[in-house]
Amino acid sequence: MSSFRTAKGGRIKRKDAISFSFEGKAYTGVKGDTLASALLANGVHFVGRSYKYHRPRGIMSAGQEESSALVGIDRGQGRYDTNTRATTQELFEGLKAQSQHCWPSLRWDIGEMNSLASPILSAGFYYKTFMWPKSFWKRVYEPIIRKSAGLGRAPRAVDPDVYASRYAHCDVLIVGGGPAGLAAALAASRSGAKVILADEQSEIGGALLSDPGSRIDDEESWSWLASAVVALAADENVTILNRTTAFGYYHQNFVGLVERLSDHLESPSSNLPRERLWRVRAKRIVLATGAIERPLVFAGNDRPGVMLAGAARTYLNRYGVRVGDKPVVVTSHDSAYLTAFDMAENGVGVEAIIDLCTDVSPELLKGAARLGIEVLPGHTITRTKGRLRISSIYAAPIEPDGSVGPERTIDCDALLMCGGWTPSVHLFSQSRGTLSWREDIGAYVPDVYAQNASSAGACDGHYLLSEALNGGAAAGQAAAIEAGYKAGKPNTYEVAEEATCSGTLIVELPTGANPARIKAFVDFQHDVTAKDIRLAVREGFHSIEHIKRYTTAGMATDQGKTSNLSELAIASKTLSRPIAEVGLTTFRPPYTPTSFGAFAGRSRGNLFDVTRKSPIDSWAEKRGAVFEPVSLWRRARYFPRDNEDMHAAVARECKATRSSIGISDASTLGKIEVVGPDSAEFLNRIYTNAWTKLGVGRCRYGLMLGEDGFIFDDGVVGRLALDRFHVTTTTGGAPRVMAHMEDYLQTEWPDLDLWLTSITEQWAVIALNGPNVRKLIEPFVEGIDLDKQAFPHMAIKEGKIYGVPTRLFRVSFTGELGFEINVPSRYGLTVWKRLIEEGARYDIVPYGTEALHVLRAEKGYIIVGQDTDGTQTPDDVGMAWAIGRNKHDFIGKRSLTRPDMLVSNRKQLVGLLTRDPKNLLEEGAQIVATAHPSPPAKMIGHVTSSYWSETLQHSIAMGVVEGGRARMGAELYVPMPDGVHQVQVVEPVFYDQEGGRLNV
Amino acid sequence: MTRFSFPALVRKAIGADKDWPEQWAKPDPKSDYDVIIVGAGGHGLGAAYYLAKEHGITNVAVVEKGWLGGGNTARNTAIIRSNYLYEESAALYDHALGLWEGLSQDINYNVMFSQRGVLMLAHTVHDVQIFKRHIHANRLNGVDNEWLSPEQAKAFCPPLNISSSARYPVLGATLQRRGGVARHDAVAWAYARAAAARGVDILENCAVTGISRARDGQVRGVETTRGFIGAKKIAVSAAAHSSVIMDMAGVRVPIECFPLQALVSEPIEPAFPCVVLSNTVHAYISQSDKGELVIGAGTEQYVSYSQGGPLHSIEHTVSAICEMFPIFTRLRMLRNWGGTVDVTPDRSPILGKTPVPGLYLNGGWGTGGFKATPGAGHLLAWTIARDEPHPINAPFTLERFRTGRLIDEAAAAAVAH
Amino acid sequence: MLLIRCPYCEQDRAEVEFSYAGEAHIERPVDPSAFSDAEWEAFLFLRSNPRGTHFERWVHIHGCARHFNAVRDTVSDKFLMTYKAGKPRPTKREIEGAKK
Repeated sequence: MSSFRTAKGGRIKRKDAISFSFEGKAYTGVKGDTLASALLANGVHFVGRSYKYHRPRGIMSAGQEESSALVGIDRGQGRYDTNTRATTQELFEGLKAQSQHCWPSLRWDIGEMNSLASPILSAGFYYKTFMWPKSFWKRVYEPIIRKSAGLGRAPRAVDPDVYASRYAHCDVLIVGGGPAGLAAALAASRSGAKVILADEQSEIGGALLSDPGSRIDDEESWSWLASAVVALAADENVTILNRTTAFGYYHQNFVGLVERLSDHLESPSSNLPRERLWRVRAKRIVLATGAIERPLVFAGNDRPGVMLAGAARTYLNRYGVRVGDKPVVVTSHDSAYLTAFDMAENGVGVEAIIDLCTDVSPELLKGAARLGIEVLPGHTITRTKGRLRISSIYAAPIEPDGSVGPERTIDCDALLMCGGWTPSVHLFSQSRGTLSWREDIGAYVPDVYAQNASSAGACDGHYLLSEALNGGAAAGQAAAIEAGYKAGKPNTYEVAEEATCSGTLIVELPTGANPARIKAFVDFQHDVTAKDIRLAVREGFHSIEHIKRYTTAGMATDQGKTSNLSELAIASKTLSRPIAEVGLTTFRPPYTPTSFGAFAGRSRGNLFDVTRKSPIDSWAEKRGAVFEPVSLWRRARYFPRDNEDMHAAVARECKATRSSIGISDASTLGKIEVVGPDSAEFLNRIYTNAWTKLGVGRCRYGLMLGEDGFIFDDGVVGRLALDRFHVTTTTGGAPRVMAHMEDYLQTEWPDLDLWLTSITEQWAVIALNGPNVRKLIEPFVEGIDLDKQAFPHMAIKEGKIYGVPTRLFRVSFTGELGFEINVPSRYGLTVWKRLIEEGARYDIVPYGTEALHVLRAEKGYIIVGQDTDGTQTPDDVGMAWAIGRNKHDFIGKRSLTRPDMLVSNRKQLVGLLTRDPKNLLEEGAQIVATAHPSPPAKMIGHVTSSYWSETLQHSIAMGVVEGGRARMGAELYVPMPDGVHQVQVVEPVFYDQEGGRLNV
Repeated sequence: MTRFSFPALVRKAIGADKDWPEQWAKPDPKSDYDVIIVGAGGHGLGAAYYLAKEHGITNVAVVEKGWLGGGNTARNTAIIRSNYLYEESAALYDHALGLWEGLSQDINYNVMFSQRGVLMLAHTVHDVQIFKRHIHANRLNGVDNEWLSPEQAKAFCPPLNISSSARYPVLGATLQRRGGVARHDAVAWAYARAAAARGVDILENCAVTGISRARDGQVRGVETTRGFIGAKKIAVSAAAHSSVIMDMAGVRVPIECFPLQALVSEPIEPAFPCVVLSNTVHAYISQSDKGELVIGAGTEQYVSYSQGGPLHSIEHTVSAICEMFPIFTRLRMLRNWGGTVDVTPDRSPILGKTPVPGLYLNGGWGTGGFKATPGAGHLLAWTIARDEPHPINAPFTLERFRTGRLIDEAAAAAVAH
Repeated sequence: MLLIRCPYCEQDRAEVEFSYAGEAHIERPVDPSAFSDAEWEAFLFLRSNPRGTHFERWVHIHGCARHFNAVRDTVSDKFLMTYKAGKPRPTKREIEGAKK
């Protein structure tokens, strides 16, 4: 057993020794230790370096508020945890911890030189220098600043762990498993309410875990705690979550919790998630989040060995560790006496209690006298000594006039300080509750609640055990009643011989030295001193938010848990304004730093977003298709054979389609069925086109605008019956179009009698294009006469193919004879395979989206989203013909007559041909009117689509050009990185202008 | 004003930093000013500075309801770039970028402008088309922007995941090398100090409650929580409060406010050398000089002034970051906050005159406000001083929503087909 | 995560089931062609954007798919009430009543 372990007591398992290492050196701890308690048991206080000055830092606290004892934990294989608080890391066999932010070693850190320069490294110094010469900023200063920045080591490998998440609903969520939370849980659960009790520590119990000496209802506190936990665990309506931090309090009692499942285990099973995010919606919330002890601000308050008094008591009582053999206590609050007494009773020679207050209660003085501890009331600490560990302090009396009397040295190996307690109101504040300042306890406490919640115990400013228990019980009972349960009178608890617990808010200790010359730390990690805060105020930073941002006080990894109130008090004094007027900075989630993994959960890799696949996708995959994502879908882009590149594959696919048959999967196109007597009228209002006169069995290309007059979507609409339309949309636009239609139907035209059904997933769509298509399918189609008169271009009919029901469209997006075979999705793959089989005799070729784009561009068909970009009107793309001239109104119509829609130089869609047929323009390339443009050059348009046309043996392009249609035949220029290309403006139809191939 | 310099730091340190002066004074309001600017963010303070410096107008007050620089200046992710698509936007943001490049020296305050490069990731064929269009347009506009292959992007930003099996694989990226980040709070302080030194009054804790107009319609001053203050000209530069303040003058503006969240990780050693933006997965990331990863999310869908947002958005943003940078999953989020962005129908700002004589508006910057700070201030000052817009902000009128002459960067990136 | 009451489903459901659909009670004119450019601009783009009580539309998109209206405080984000589409804008008194 190591030298600072007590002989008995604590909640550790002394017989279960655990080996671990820190800085490569082997140590032994025991089961139940944290890394911090195990290090302290081995006499190690000095564990880290501060951010700016690289001062030696020791362990300050025993909990999550730790700002100084940050280490890296290396579990191997991508499991490196940076900035881990030694005070919350549970010890496990083989744990490897490393110090951080020091080089070459923790003991000899070159960065400590910053400490020498500290007089000029005052708050905000970097805003005042590094500006000359200007060129040095980028080449010299900035690289140095960035190199010296940061804290923990950056991760280098991918984390193999998984993270889980779940939702939960409960009647009462209790945050904090200390005495108040336990009493609340007991009271609420008794009513039958569904309760979740969450506590961040490894064990439920909170402050009770450090307090074995109290007696609750004549029972030892640890025995009471054990029975309480047993009772709650036995109640099936109660969920107890330890190692679980409530990190965020959101709207309507929605709270985020993170449960740590494996960080404390030596070798977690591989299927155990590392953490689990709980999203809890509670009818009522009881906050029992406790309080955090405040440090004191004085010269030399930062040496290793200086720690919070309450933490020393926790190490002693919970972990069986003496943090020193001759500690000194300095305090402005009674609670530190308990630490001194408990240590003395465990045989530690407490050198002195330096009490900043003069009127110490007689009981405390009596207690000290009984244990032989010298009390120095009305004294201060003026400075301390010791480089890597505190070795002595200088105490001096505070004279009635506030000056400081003669100093006296006291040797020590630990200095235990207490500046009172700060209620943890973080979650309360996040819930948008408002705080009020209580002068009597020197703390902000919850005042007005914004949500269904209450607070109990120390977080509400009630520090006594009896207050926590009784307040908790009352809050638990009230919460259950508010959640709709009948709850009897809550228990009342009696606590024997309760010590007083009061203090005075003295943050900065009186000193004889010039306060402008001493380093008295407020933020221990960020090296912010009282002097820095005064400097900020002097420089005009009077808002507490300004002071925080200028000095960086409270912005360290503890987010000001131990420093905020000191900062506030010093600012208030410097500004000569009461604390309540100075106010607080906003509390933000998360309460404690929370891993990205917990937020990301399972939403990683392929689960990051769904991938929608058509019924034919598996065939394409087997066939070696290269896919591209189109909105949430993936679509086959091309089907390479052998070692073809995209260019070769696309050329082959296009050629096959134009010469015989190409087959492609169009299932991803959006499909909406519009049914009802007013369907045609509805479509009249939704589309620019007129629908009333469209015959049954006929199709029409429809253009849809937003109310702003710009093209919103397009697609073919077929009329199956007088009151039934089959609408198609773009692949990406389907959800948008459906929402748009529903919106107008439900809210603008509820009088129209029709309904809309999304049928995208119901129908697989196989597009067949090419001169031989009719020959291929004719033998297998039943009930539809495919003759060109009976079933002309832009027709639709229901029938059967291969015995399967089909809605057969005769449409074409390629300019060839085309059919789109809609079959119920479950038959899609079968029909596709049959067509491929039967098509072999015509050398049928599957083609992907890329060939489709080429084929349609050869015909000048636009793609909404590529040839349009949300700023084009129908006229801009040469589709004024799609506007039903006699229609009184349709969505977007009014916008088309706004002044800017009528100007002559609007960008219009045109075709572009390069002078050299082999020259391929880049999509997105800009179009200019001059051969030698120099920036900033006037751009009159851009290339929207550009392809090599195998059919035409010429590159083709479409683009939008200012006043484009009036420029037919004109020469324009397209500057590209390799030079300026000359192009001719042409009609945007390159192939079969007459449309003869469509109508065969 | 004490000049900031290394020798000054040393000199003051010898005197225990006792005689650093206030960076900006705390005057009481005068009864009248030539110009009142509503909103002491980077834009408003910048406008005050440029009014004094370039137009000789120093009888200026900047009124602020809270603490200066406490709105979106304090809440953004500090990204600066100018590789916008349309000539109008590129000119606007590149004007700002030009000013950023000399700002620290010009106002004698190191705003830590760091030109570490901004990468924008393309995840789909459509993204590639859009970004190539940007690059072509930028080149002809004289704005630097270049195309990187996935491998080149990874070389520039080593933590980037360029696996082709990712759900949204990286197909390439644009890089604007002149883009980067700056220390956002310092920009407001720097302008406040420089403006105050030239005689501008900065009136914090002074909320505007009304805009007073003379019988001829001309503005005559503002009602505030510190009393009536007269002014010949009033410029509203109040970000999320633009529409509320403009309503006081009887001018309705096409602006709506939406929540936007951001977060930082715990600080780590330098691990992320540049800025990365991904519109497709909605995440923006850089590393601050302090070592924190600074991450931005997408805007929420509903109107709100709450300066907060829901957990599920943060979950999405963080998973997007972990998707692009899988080595970061064990890092911890340190702080998450929200801001309110003022958005116009075409997502471009309004910067110019209003129908009310003597009233000017600078607002509707959406998520683009910080990067424009010096430019917006500079152009607003010009517009106020000359009562006519500078050619660069001339297209960004209030009238464009009536005529339809929109500058719609977002529509140009629309996804369909 | 907001909790939203769908007036059709008569249930409080999580925000992720809903889509926001802009300000409520902006009626599309029966004859837009009669509108001046300025009036049309107002219909298209001018919104009240208040700090405080906001009348707005939501769709229960992953539920009943119905559009409905809501009154929400834009500072606290708290929903004061929701009501079916087509119902008139609630009065101050009705909103106050719903708060209780």
